[in-house]
Amino acid sequence: MSRLEVNNLLEVKNLRVDLPVEAGTLHAVRGIDFHVERGEMLCLVGESGCGKSMTSLALMGLLPRKARLKADRLQFDGIDLTTLSERRRSDLRGARMSMIFQEPMTALNPAYTLGNQLCEGLIRHRGVSRQEARERAIYLLERVGISAARDRLDQYPHQLSGGLRQRVMIAMALMCEPDLIIADEPTTALDVTIQAQILRLLRELQQEFGTAVIFITHDLGVVARIADRVAVMYAGEVIESAPTPTLYANPGHPYTRGLLSCIPAPGKTPPGSRLQAIPGVVPSLVGHVEGCAFRNRCPQAQPICERTPPLMSLSGDHRARCHYADRPVSAPPQPETIS
Amino acid sequence: MNAQPIIEVAEPRQLPSTSDSASASRAATPALEICGLSKTFTLGGGLFKRGRTLGAVSDVSLRIPRGQVMGLVGESGCGKSTLAKMLLGLTTPSDGDVLVDGRPVRDADQKALARHIQPIFQDPYSSLNPRKRIAQIVGLPLRVHGIGTPREQRARIAETLDVVGLPRRAAEQFPGQLSGGQRQRVAIARALIMRPDIVICDEPTSALDVSVQAQILNLLLDLKAEFGLTYLFISHDLAVVEHLVDRVAVMYLGRIVEEGTREQIFGSPRHPYTRALLDSALTPEPGMGVPDIGLGDATPDPSDPPAGCAFHPRCPKAQAACRQQRPRLEDIRSDNARVACHLA
Repeated sequence: MSRLEVNNLLEVKNLRVDLPVEAGTLHAVRGIDFHVERGEMLCLVGESGCGKSMTSLALMGLLPRKARLKADRLQFDGIDLTTLSERRRSDLRGARMSMIFQEPMTALNPAYTLGNQLCEGLIRHRGVSRQEARERAIYLLERVGISAARDRLDQYPHQLSGGLRQRVMIAMALMCEPDLIIADEPTTALDVTIQAQILRLLRELQQEFGTAVIFITHDLGVVARIADRVAVMYAGEVIESAPTPTLYANPGHPYTRGLLSCIPAPGKTPPGSRLQAIPGVVPSLVGHVEGCAFRNRCPQAQPICERTPPLMSLSGDHRARCHYADRPVSAPPQPETIS
Repeated sequence: MNAQPIIEVAEPRQLPSTSDSASASRAATPALEICGLSKTFTLGGGLFKRGRTLGAVSDVSLRIPRGQVMGLVGESGCGKSTLAKMLLGLTTPSDGDVLVDGRPVRDADQKALARHIQPIFQDPYSSLNPRKRIAQIVGLPLRVHGIGTPREQRARIAETLDVVGLPRRAAEQFPGQLSGGQRQRVAIARALIMRPDIVICDEPTSALDVSVQAQILNLLLDLKAEFGLTYLFISHDLAVVEHLVDRVAVMYLGRIVEEGTREQIFGSPRHPYTRALLDSALTPEPGMGVPDIGLGDATPDPSDPPAGCAFHPRCPKAQAACRQQRPRLEDIRSDNARVACHLA
């Protein structure tokens, strides 16, 4: 590894999140390791139920009350988050780490003006005057491309379009100049043209302010365009992580390969041809999960996959959790049957 | 009231004709033709005050040849779903006609319409009744239309579940016991049990995970080949549209702004809005960055559309003429395509 671990803004080792449900315990996050370097964009990719949102809530300290969190290490800029009091935690939240949610309409309070909501954090955390906070809000609204920023401060969220609301959310996340922003599917609810504009803006500001971003998405097109590094999640585990170009050029886990081949690629996939689908469905994470969680859907599964695969190091910063990540499967792959 | 005669299309689906001339004329008639279809809503207003009108769909004309897939793309609020609802008889058009098999369908024939046109909706979580068993959900159209004895209905249900790749035991289950992909298969089975000619797919895979999306797209392609179905495929995912369709219509603020074959639209788009849509599709190519699509973010208000070309406030190439006169949707002579732009 080229950088020393002390440079990492966030260190996560063996993070587990369990949720009691009617049928037992749901192991939403099953022992994941990752880190975020200062100023980088890390994408967490995965399908619904893979644990990516639970991971982000765990980092923010916003897990549902009944959820149980365990971790060998959960360190933000040297601060141990597992033992932090709720009071100290809320000093961090909004000030040094902030969050952008998928649906800005539910994340913004409909009863307060934008100005109120934008300034609240800065006044609480930095103790600045209302006037100073308003000036910074105006500056940031202009930076995120909102015209007539001064007038907007007195508007309510419902007076804005979805794209503008998400711009306000980005401005709000930047108010206290945080070290880390967690963005949970921030463009999924938006139209493609607006999505492109918002992503471009987020990437520009992130590089300008040197903010680290954990960007959570299911969209591999988005990941390719904005991420420095990628961690792919499946069934509560990080099954592969790599610098973005490496992951796309050389995916090491069969699930990553499957994901990449099941989206039609213009110019490569002949129109109207059959797409490669991943057969089957995600396993239930209620109760004890043994072995590789992907083996029932894996085209190259072998008897050894009943045992939990190790996290194999492939090259530099590229790791994959598969028995066969570093070598071809010796037996011929089992024939794939999809009806 | 409209004085046009009501023409019944309630007769049962025709068996394939053996006569060559009959099948030739049937093949020449588009499966679905939409002529000048409009829908306006009235907003606000009161006893003595006139409300504002909102043109959700304005003067839309489209022809979908038998066995083809027409893609319909555009941003949220552009009228795609209102158009779909009118085709399904769920909303009465303010003006214009829908022709199925060359015969006009009016709102009185909703039941007849349902035999020919069936929908698949976006969200298989909210479009299936959670308290009904799958067999009841899939078989409901047969009961509504009084087709077959209960025994025949059961056979047809089992056969349709096979066709969409659901296990027979799914018949006795509830939607809550199925995964998202399986639920969408149920929705497809419900659409197909009437043996329709035309299926309106309104964002059929956007609520599904990518790994499951491919399964459903493959199924839709297989079913089209097997039953000669005609699709209107509404989606915001341009990679999926490009993969699936024969022709594409692009809507902006209630109007079609460009229409053409897949190659024309994706290869050489003429309307600046089509170009911007294509540019904003993020294909999985690392290192390309996020493109600057050069659109302002003056999201238009459908109840107060801009004068002239509705797209001009966002158009990077807008000129004086674009602000004054609305461009007509003109045929491009050589190409069998249409575009509404002064500059195309």
